[in-house]
This record gives sequence, structure tokens and C-alpha cells, in this order.
Amino acid sequence: MTLDKKPILSVNNLQVEFPTRKGNLVAVNDISFEVNEGEVLGVVGESGAGKSITGSSIIGLIDPPGRITGGQINFLDQRIDHLSAEEMRTIRGKEIGMVFQDPLTSLNPLYRIGRQLTETIQTHLHLDDKNARLQAINLLAEVGIPSPEIRIDHYPHQFSGGMRQRVVIALALCANPKLIIADEPTTALDVSIQAQIIALLKKLCKEHKTAVILITHDMGVIAETADRVAVMYAGKMAEIGNVYDVIKKPKHPYTVGLMNSIPKMGQDTEALMQIEGSMPRLNEIPQGCAFHPRCNQVMEQCKKTVPPMIKLEDSNIACWLYPSK
Amino acid sequence: MGPILKVKNLSKHFDVSPPLITRLVSREEKSILKAVEGIGFEIQQGETVSLVGESGCGKSTVARLVVKLYEPTNGEIFFGNQNFSSIKSRKELKPIRRRIQMIFQDPYASLNPRWRVFDIIAEPLRAHGIISDKQGLKRRITELLEQVSLSSADSEKFPHEFSGGQRQRISIARALASQPDFLVCDEPTSALDVSVQAQILNLMKKLQKELGLTYLFISHDLAVVSHLSDKVGVMYLGRLVEWADTKTLFQAPKHPYTKMLLDAIPDLNLSGKARTPVAGEVPSPINPPSGCHFHPRCPWSNERCRTELPTLMDQQQQSVACHAVEENRI
Amino acid sequence: MNRSSSESEIQSKPINRTFDNLTRFFESDIFFSFKKSPLTVFAFFVTLILFLSALFANWLAPHQTLDVKTLDLMNAFYPPLWEEGSDSRFLLGTDDQGRDIFSAIMFGLRISLGVGFASVILSAALGTVLGLISGYFGGKLDSFIMRVADIQLTFPAILIALLIDGIVGSLLPKSVYNEVKIYVLVMAIAASQWVNFARTVRGSTLVEKNKEYVQAAKVIGIHPVGIMIKHVLPNVTGPVLVIATLSLALAILTEATLSFLGVGVPITQPSLGTLIRIGQQYLFSGEWWMTIFPSLALVILVLAVNLLGDWLRDALNPKLR
Repeated sequence: MTLDKKPILSVNNLQVEFPTRKGNLVAVNDISFEVNEGEVLGVVGESGAGKSITGSSIIGLIDPPGRITGGQINFLDQRIDHLSAEEMRTIRGKEIGMVFQDPLTSLNPLYRIGRQLTETIQTHLHLDDKNARLQAINLLAEVGIPSPEIRIDHYPHQFSGGMRQRVVIALALCANPKLIIADEPTTALDVSIQAQIIALLKKLCKEHKTAVILITHDMGVIAETADRVAVMYAGKMAEIGNVYDVIKKPKHPYTVGLMNSIPKMGQDTEALMQIEGSMPRLNEIPQGCAFHPRCNQVMEQCKKTVPPMIKLEDSNIACWLYPSK
Repeated sequence: MGPILKVKNLSKHFDVSPPLITRLVSREEKSILKAVEGIGFEIQQGETVSLVGESGCGKSTVARLVVKLYEPTNGEIFFGNQNFSSIKSRKELKPIRRRIQMIFQDPYASLNPRWRVFDIIAEPLRAHGIISDKQGLKRRITELLEQVSLSSADSEKFPHEFSGGQRQRISIARALASQPDFLVCDEPTSALDVSVQAQILNLMKKLQKELGLTYLFISHDLAVVSHLSDKVGVMYLGRLVEWADTKTLFQAPKHPYTKMLLDAIPDLNLSGKARTPVAGEVPSPINPPSGCHFHPRCPWSNERCRTELPTLMDQQQQSVACHAVEENRI
Repeated sequence: MNRSSSESEIQSKPINRTFDNLTRFFESDIFFSFKKSPLTVFAFFVTLILFLSALFANWLAPHQTLDVKTLDLMNAFYPPLWEEGSDSRFLLGTDDQGRDIFSAIMFGLRISLGVGFASVILSAALGTVLGLISGYFGGKLDSFIMRVADIQLTFPAILIALLIDGIVGSLLPKSVYNEVKIYVLVMAIAASQWVNFARTVRGSTLVEKNKEYVQAAKVIGIHPVGIMIKHVLPNVTGPVLVIATLSLALAILTEATLSFLGVGVPITQPSLGTLIRIGQQYLFSGEWWMTIFPSLALVILVLAVNLLGDWLRDALNPKLR
């Protein structure tokens, strides 16, 4: 299955903490994963799992007082987790693009979208005004905005939600980045628009050979878009694998519970399988495996020691049910 | 026995015109938002009926019309045999309010942050004079909390001490306090994580069996709807475009919009089946397209669709409002 | 499992509840930010000292300066203790009537704080009620109240207070007027301040009335006024405390200004402003203490209250946390 795919991003033992007056909260606890060139990696988890913070730490935009306290992030053979703000700014936008959830806040309501596009293009690609504008029009056409030469001079409020998100994707693709981090890009959209945006993202990334880290809580979006999936729980990685393996043959009890609790069409069950309790808050993470209080296959070892991430066929899994050899 | 809820020709219009002075100066016309137009359906006792649609289709407005948070512009709502849309006085409404309750979408805004859980759940009991002594209230509230899998100790806490799923349980307990027959649920699980959603949906099913409840369930999530409902109504821009029992709707949808919606749902079975390309976006409800509102996005629209509004017509298993279906073109 | 299933039932006795609330306050983020800011702690203690000395002036003050009979003209014009020719009985010296400045300041503080608190409480109550009604019911009532507020804002606070004072003064016979003067003053200052409260409460009400818990109460069938008072009101009073603190400082200053101009409190109950006015005549003839010390007291009081208000506003602002 794995050809000689080159990882363009590798995260090793990343640790992100938030110091508060009541102690250190660990938001991301020793996670490691890779993203290969041109692939879509889905990072899925429920609210509080730490997936958004993972995305923010890669791009250097963690809200203070949070900070990276351990591990390494390597992007294109360069270590980026401890770069200065200035250096990070040159990478952000040019090599790594970002698509956020709410297009209303991603676009400046006071600027015409043409201006925002050309500004980004000229910062990273050093084109003159005329060519930057042409490039912007091309990008708008590529993301499916009708009559782009007219709409380039419109303000964000003149676009609908789905159209705005297309503009945001265009902005992210401006400088032809190698990696795009999309944090819940379709959550605020209707289901039919969601389908359009997902299809657009897939098409563009294939054409531009851009890798995508797709952060979402929606398993359906992952199923449609991702090549590989990483499942996060309480700041740790539970399972990473091919999208088919994780969805159809999940190994980690949390993933199993998650997949079974999603109502599926055509399924004729009386009750959905439910996982008792809820994800622990950052200041109440249990000892050992964070999932053990809710796990229906819990063992003594799970309560005491954190399971390491081991490789099992094509997946990586952190669970004492699958001991390393 | 007749249906527990019957809605006839229900409409709700909002006046969204700019202020008078602006209109005089810039000579703009009055704008009317037709949020709901000509809706009619029936719900039998013990059923779960869902209304689905995307944003702007008017399903939340229908929910609020049914619980009389909004007054209808046109049409009638019958609860049991009573035409309660015409009742204006609060006194006369009170006995009906005991029997219809509502659960809301946002668990963080549906509980008063300054009230303890005890008072939140006691409110309907006190308001309807069902129980007024402290001991009786305590007993009933404990009973309700345990019914939603919380404990009596939780009654002393404030809402912010609970998670989203727990807050939704408290909302359900509050709704059940007056022993209603009918619950309107406005996207109760949309703001919850998927595993918590499963807990709440299972709870709702259990309560329906135990207490003989009837649900009107509003949602945009078709998978949830397929799991929970007996009948489904699909809405688009304020109108009902298809109405069928769940199995029929999901296996043999007739209206082009329903088909489009079903196709847009991500396929968790990873079957890799081909999907019809989806076109366009939901137009603004203030100035909807002429004739059938869906015609600009419909691959089967013809001249008649552009000029004439289709009506909901019975077609063997379901009711559909579509010229193409009526003309047997699809 | 459920977090609370293992807890036993808590007894909801009032004592336990108060204790519970107190512990919650001392562990809260607000108290933490208070402890962390030395300026605020200092301002708090200064205010406390001034407040307590005003409250217990009758017992703490060395001389009963309000009682005209105790004043002896022979005691007039003594300088403060560290100057030559002072009298050890009078710490900060005396004024032209023989009043001990130190005691006069304490009694003056009592008046200033009394009028200040009374007018703030009145304007807060008035403003909150009007803002709540305006925001909750909307429509023409809302427009009317807000236009009245707008019109009032075009007048300076002092002018409004002067106006009300003048009108009442001309309407009532002199003897009655002198009795009620201080109440009129309180009302006049309150009238100049209610708009701030009304606007803020109206804004919060507009936000809260669309929330689902208000809709839930409507679905239960609660009376609109009941919803307004029991549901909305507790949630819109947050910013009122901040405005009240800053309003207190303004009220004290307004009263001092009016008394300084001679149209404030009656001369028999001199506030800090009155003392400043009395002393002002002698400022450049050498008896500086008569006006400087009351002025200092006023400045320190207003500054301390303002600092407290600033801290409270920042501490309660969710966006800054």
C-alpha cells in the first residue's frame, strides 16, 4: 500500500500545554504522525480532543498562554516548531495555507475580496499589480465562482456562505502551498453546499498536488475526502490508518464506539451503540489510558500505564489490546 | 381517534422592510419574508414525525408556530380537536401549554445560567400549579432527573457545571415535568458530539416508549432522521415538497430536491457509488424564484416549473409537490 | 459514568449555601485578579477606611463639628499640627468658624458618600427598570424611552441637577425646601445619571430576550412580566455593578461641584464641596489648610473609587480574561 511516499510534514512527540494558575493543562500529549505529499489526512475527534490545537501548533498560531513544550514539527526537512514569528510568517501562506471554519471571520469585511487575494499573492509571489489581479481571477474561476472578473471587486457580505468558503479556499491556494490545514471547513455549511466544498477541495488538491490536513468532528466528511485518518482522544492519538481500515475495521475501542454511535442511513437498529460518560476535561484526565473509564474492554494495565503508539499492519494504534511484539 | 396535531395551510410572513424613512428616501419597496407558506400535515399519537431541510427552509419557524412562540399569518393549528391557533388569551392557552413542550438546539442557551437546576425543572410544576410544596417538588424533580440518567444531587448545581449532553438532559427533564403528550424538538442534537448525540437519541427513544410521547423532530441531519422517525416531511424555502413514511422516503424519494439531499449525504459505507452533481445554492427566501422555487437547481425543470407553483399531491406511497413527478417525467 | 452519580445528596440549608458561595468567590478568577493587582488592593483599603470613617464619624471624630453650639470662634484659624502656632486639639487646623478640619472632613465624607450612594442606588434602579422595559418590550415604548435618554444626554449633568434643583426650589415654600433640599439633590444627581444604566441594561436585555431559555419560559406559559423579572433581570445586572462604581465617583464629584457653587447641600450639613468653598476664600491669604485638606480628601476618595471601578470592569469583562 505504501509506495515511496515522501512525508512532507512529520510531527514527532508533540506536546502542547496551557499554564493556568491551577496547574499545567496538557492539550496535546505526545502525538506523532506524518503527512505525505498530495494526500488528505483527516484528523477526527470530538470537541476537546485537541485536534484544532494540533493544527494551530503546526502553523504557529496557538493562542497564548498555550505553547509547545515538547517534540518536533518538521516540514520539508526543516524544523518549524521553534521558529521566530517573522520566519513563521514567511512559511505561513506560502508553504502552508489555512482554511478556517467561519468564512465570515476569515475575510476582512471592509476589503474587497480582490484586494485580499492580490495582497496575499503579491506578498508571496512578488507579481506586479496587473498579473496579481489576473492570477486572482484565475483562482476564483478555479474554485467555481461564476463571473470572477466581476465578483473580484465585491465585498465578502455580497457572497453567500458557500461562496465565501470557496474564496477562503482560493486564498489558501494563492501561493501554491504544499500543505493546507483545513479546520472544520464545512461545519457551518448546509449539507448540499458541504458536498460541493468537499468535492472542490479534493479536486484542487489533486490538481495542485497539495496535501491537506482536514480537521473535523464529522466522520462523514472524512469518509468522502480523506486518504488516511487520525483519531484523537483527550489530547492523544488513538488510531491512525487508511480511511477504509479505520471506518470499516476500527481497532481502538474508542473508534469502534464512535463508528457505532453514528446513525447511518438504511440501518435498522433500535438503539445506537453509546459510549457511556463523556470526554474528560483537560484538568480531569485519568491516569493511564485516557479512555479507560469508558472502555468496555478495559484491563488492569490500562488504568495504570499510558499505552504507546505501535505499528500494526498499515495502521498505528495506542491500545493495550494490541501489544507490541 | 383523530390526529394529535393537525396543521392546515399554515403560513408565517415576516416584515423585513427597511425603516419608513429609508424607504421614502431610496424608494425601496416593502420586503416580506415568507418563512413558511401553505404547510399542512398531520401527526398521530405516538408517532415521531421529522421535518428536514437546509437553512432557510422554515422548519424551525414551523416548530415555533406549533408551540405558539410565533403567531401564524394564515392557517390553523389543531391540537387534539381544539383549534388553538385562534386562542389569544393566556388563560385559555394554559391547559394546552401543559401538553405541548419544546426542546431547543443550543444546550448552552436553553438553561438560565443564574438558576439552579432545581428551579429550572420546578418552573413548569410551579407555573401550572401541579405541585407547590417543597417535599413534593423534590420528589418529582428527583424522579425526572433519574429518568434522564442524572442524579438528585445535580439539582443543586448551576448549568455551567454540566457538559452539553448533560444540559440537554436537563432540558428534557424540564420539558417532561408537566407530563406533556407532545414534544417539539428543534435540532436537539445538532450542537452535540456524535457519541453524546447517540446517548440523547437513545434516551429520547426510551422515553417515548415509557411515556407514550409524540415527537415533532426538526433536523438537517438525514441520518439522524432516518434512525428516529416514522414519517418525514422535506421542506424547501418555506414549502413542503415531499411527505412520506421514512422507509419510502429514503428508499424511493420522488422529489428532485429530496434526491439531491440524499445524494449529498456522505457515504459512511464507503461503497463508492456515483453521485449526481449538486448545483447552485439555496436562494434568498425574501425573493424566491418564480413558480416552483426549486426550478433553477432542478435538472428536470421545464416552462411550467418556471411559472406555476406545484401543489402537494398524493402519489401512491407519498405526497410530492413536483410537476415532473405529476407528469410522470421522472 | 455520570460525574455526579457517586455524590450523596447535598443538604440545601441556607448556611451551607452561603458558605458555599463564599468559598466559590474566594477561589474565583475575579478574586485572583484582585489579589494580583497591588494598586487595586490599595484602592480597596483606602476606600474602606474612608467609608468606615464616614460611617462612624459620630464616634471617631475628635470634635462634633456639626453641632453649632460646640463651635468657638476663639478656635478659628489654627494651622495644622506641624506648623507653628497650632493647637494639639486640631490635627489639621481649623476654619474661620472654629471648626476642626479633620472632623469636618469626616462628617463631610459622610454627606458626600451618603448623597453619592443614595443617588447611585436611585439612578441604578431607575435606569435598570427603564432599560429592562425598553429592551424587553421594544416597539414604541422603547423608542420613546430612548429618545428621552438621548435628549437628556445633550445636557451636562451639572446643568440638569441645577435645573431640577432650581425648579423645585421655586415651587416649594422656603421652609419646606430647606428640609427636603438634600433629597432633591439626590434625585437631581440620580436624574443626571440614569441614562448610562438604562442603555447598558437595554443592550443586554436585547441579547438575552432572544436566548432559548427565555423562549422555554414562554412555551411553559409564564407571564411576560414574570419572564422579564425572574429570567432576564438576573442576567443583565452584571455590568450594572461596574457602572455603579464609576457612577459613584461621578456622583460624589457632581455633589461636590454643586455644593462648591453654593447650590448643593445646605450649609448646616457641609459636605466636602462646601468645605472647599469655604476654605477657598482664604487660600491666598495664607490659611491654605482650610481648602487643601478637604480637596485632598475628595481627590483620594474619587481616585480610589475610580480605580476600583476600573479593576472591576476589566475583571468582569469576559473578552479580556
